[in-house]
Amino acid sequence: MEQILNMYKSTAIEDVTVWFKAAKVSDFPKDGGACIKYKEKQIAVFNFERKNEWYACQNVCPHKMEMVLSRGMIGDHNGTPKVACPLHKKTFSLENGENLNGDLEAIATYPVKIEGDDVYVGFSE
Amino acid sequence: MKKILVIGNGMVGYKFCEKLVASEKYTDYKLIVFGEEPRRAYDRVHLSEYYDGKTAEDLSMSSATWYEENNIDLHVSEMITEINRDAKTVANHRGDTYTYDYLVLATGSSAFVPPIPGVEKDGVFVYRTIEDLEATQAYAKKLKADGKLEAAVLGGGLLGLEAANAVKNLGLNAHVVEFAPRLMPRQLDEGASNTLQAKIESLGLKVHLSKQTDFIQGTKAIEGLQYVDGTELKVDMLVVSAGIRPRDEVARECGLEVGTRGGILVDNTMKTSDPNIFAIGECALLNSMIYGLVAPGYDMAEIAVQQIIGDVDAAMPEYIDMSTQLKLIGTEVASFGDALNDAKVDLDEITYVNKRNGVYKKINVTKDGKKLLGGILVGDSSDYNSLFQIYSNGMKLPEDPEDLILGSRGGEGGSLLGDVMDLPDDAQICSCESVSKGQICNAIESGEANDLGDVVTCTKAGTGCGGCKPMVKDLVDATLKSLGRVVKDNVCEHFEYNRQELYDIIQVKGHKTFNEVLDNHGNGGDGCELCKPLVASLMATIHADTANKEYAIQDSNDRFLANIQRNGTYSVVPRIAGGELTAQNLIDLGEIGKKYDLYTKITGGARIDFFGATLNQLPLIWKELIDKGFESGHAYGKSLRTVKSCVGSTWCRYGMDESITFAIELENRYRGMRSPHKIKGGVSGCIRECAEARGKDFGLIAVDGGWNLYVGGNGGATPRHAELLAEQIDNATVIQYLDRYLMYYMRTAKPLQRTAAWQDRLEGGMQHLKEVIIDDKLGIVADLEKEMETLVNKFECEWKQAIEDPEMMKRFNHFVNSDADDDNIVFVPLRDQKMPKKWDA
Repeated sequence: MEQILNMYKSTAIEDVTVWFKAAKVSDFPKDGGACIKYKEKQIAVFNFERKNEWYACQNVCPHKMEMVLSRGMIGDHNGTPKVACPLHKKTFSLENGENLNGDLEAIATYPVKIEGDDVYVGFSE
Repeated sequence: MKKILVIGNGMVGYKFCEKLVASEKYTDYKLIVFGEEPRRAYDRVHLSEYYDGKTAEDLSMSSATWYEENNIDLHVSEMITEINRDAKTVANHRGDTYTYDYLVLATGSSAFVPPIPGVEKDGVFVYRTIEDLEATQAYAKKLKADGKLEAAVLGGGLLGLEAANAVKNLGLNAHVVEFAPRLMPRQLDEGASNTLQAKIESLGLKVHLSKQTDFIQGTKAIEGLQYVDGTELKVDMLVVSAGIRPRDEVARECGLEVGTRGGILVDNTMKTSDPNIFAIGECALLNSMIYGLVAPGYDMAEIAVQQIIGDVDAAMPEYIDMSTQLKLIGTEVASFGDALNDAKVDLDEITYVNKRNGVYKKINVTKDGKKLLGGILVGDSSDYNSLFQIYSNGMKLPEDPEDLILGSRGGEGGSLLGDVMDLPDDAQICSCESVSKGQICNAIESGEANDLGDVVTCTKAGTGCGGCKPMVKDLVDATLKSLGRVVKDNVCEHFEYNRQELYDIIQVKGHKTFNEVLDNHGNGGDGCELCKPLVASLMATIHADTANKEYAIQDSNDRFLANIQRNGTYSVVPRIAGGELTAQNLIDLGEIGKKYDLYTKITGGARIDFFGATLNQLPLIWKELIDKGFESGHAYGKSLRTVKSCVGSTWCRYGMDESITFAIELENRYRGMRSPHKIKGGVSGCIRECAEARGKDFGLIAVDGGWNLYVGGNGGATPRHAELLAEQIDNATVIQYLDRYLMYYMRTAKPLQRTAAWQDRLEGGMQHLKEVIIDDKLGIVADLEKEMETLVNKFECEWKQAIEDPEMMKRFNHFVNSDADDDNIVFVPLRDQKMPKKWDA
């Protein structure tokens, strides 16, 4: 369990060494998310089309360690973009990974950039 | 720490404990409670509901863990047989002794059985405890099997009529036998008794007045009643309900003073002749009276608590109010104040009798027409709360006092009381729990409570008989309004609207997407996991959209048209309408389950559930299911699940109608329909109720002459039985009423509110529902039917839709950039099948 969580470390945009070309913009639902595979990692990527913004985070929910966050509903809490886990509706900030409705460990977040039709997720390894 | 022993665990004994626990000095005491019945204290006032399907647990006054949580030792099935006042000890029937500092006798009363020869015969019962009810029920069952149906109740008082109703509900022909020339002679005058009698006779009960029983006929078991006047009544069962006798044996034996006709003598501090011993409730003789109502019993409990914790001034008031409002055999009966002019003063009686409607109202007013002294209401007690307040607060009467029972003719109408806020602060609103108007308003003004639910929780107002609830609600609303607080149940931070308002907005404006609704009516922001699925559900109800249209706003399960399980895999449930399937269907399902290695189980709704399908497998499985003729079962939606059925007259030798056929028709009619919460139905072919229809949101039971339609039943966390909406109606009428009922629910319920909770919160309750659904009081049934018809006609299987559209299919990949499956999923073996590995914590 620790092992899985150790795979995911929040990455600031200035620390990005690899911009991984993950998929096409059209592969993601509008105002929703989908999961991408990067090496051994599962990363949830969210398309906030309403605001023209993108976010990414670990796909594993730290509550029960299931790979499901990409299937959660997105939205905001007082302006903070968030995702709600589909299993027990634990919500996490997509800005800093903080658990907004509990005291679970923060999830790891990753920067996203769009170039043309392509979606890139930034990693430091 | 002082030790308090409470003997008796009935309603009043329990109330004593509750009040002591709530006092701030509780930590100074240790409470030990003895009850001779085998279970915790239960609500004896609503005892007859035991025959309506309530369990002993439903009737219980407290949760199973309440005593333990509050550090009370509860000894059930333990009878205290001896009090030693010198040693300050008590002993039980086994001889175990316990010491006390204070002793509280709450031994209650037992049924009074007159010494009529033959009362010991089989088939003679009393009506007092759950054990009595169980014994009566078992005997009735035996009688019915032998084709014997006549049963009498001895006693036409309040309890006797309750018992008669219970006997009727057991399926027997109930006869009420009363010694006096009228029913409820102690509470009602002749006019009121006549009205009540006519009403209950119209419901099939027989009433025999001025009958004194000489002896009970029969050899071993009862065969009839022989009256003194030479006539007889042939019956096979008798329930004696001729009054109560205080349980004062143990008090009497230890030398406490008792009344000549029974009852433990107490003063107005509830102390017996021994200052360390209190007596409360129906065992106590206060002012030479036994008070057989729960409200004075609760007051006595309060006084005893106050006295014990040191308030030496606490005392029962000089005048104890015996006003009461209840429903007897479906008939509202209320009396308040001096209803029978016991005080024998010169007063004016104003009477209103309506034989057509079975309504009788009488009020006693002073000669000068300024004060209300008391009154009786039969058939319609809706004015009881207002009249009681006017009476108990000595409020000024209208110029024409008859307006109080006739309504103000030609005036603007309105409430009798005018504004509830005009009541004095010490006006008692809830007499069961002694809650005043001031306490209710203060709970809100102090910020302790924010709505009706909070007020009920913190003051307990309305938790007894419930009769004061409408007035409590009015007070809560008026107080909130006076504070400038608007009571809003907004769906979430993104909308200043509740569900019903959003429903109306979407319907009127014709919005088609979540973003249109959010942009035009929201507070900015991006929505959330509360408003998104809610709007999705409204779109489904208003536009008949399936969950495919905007899948990203759907809740977890709807988004992938399957139920997400513990490890992020899904379960698959095809529709098996009414639970009917062919052997070939079963083989097809088995082949598919085997091919994808799915864990297989029968669901509680009589369907087949496949577990352990990965996201990628879902469309593959569904393609095969659809090829074999199955369709989505909507087990994942807040929507109709199943309509469970028994085999009915198709196969069953007792069946009255074709329950399977009708269940299939109903399930197919309402399939796919999204609603505030899930909906389940049931259809039983006879009153044996094998489909458990009364546990469903809607249930049908075939009876002679049609179907009985029940609504608002629920399993789940708060189980409850559905209530009767209409009787003996034909198939077409069932569908018509159900269309209206379901659509009305879908329009007006709160998010995730099941029908049972919705019905509970409907102002006016079942009566309101009947008026809307059956009488069309709101003039909306045509719209409701039309809207339902649209939903029925536009039904589409959303799984078929999904697998035929490549764009919709895209969501069923675990990764968008790889065909791999989630490698985090681990199954472990379980009884020849598999399950997800256990969670660590």
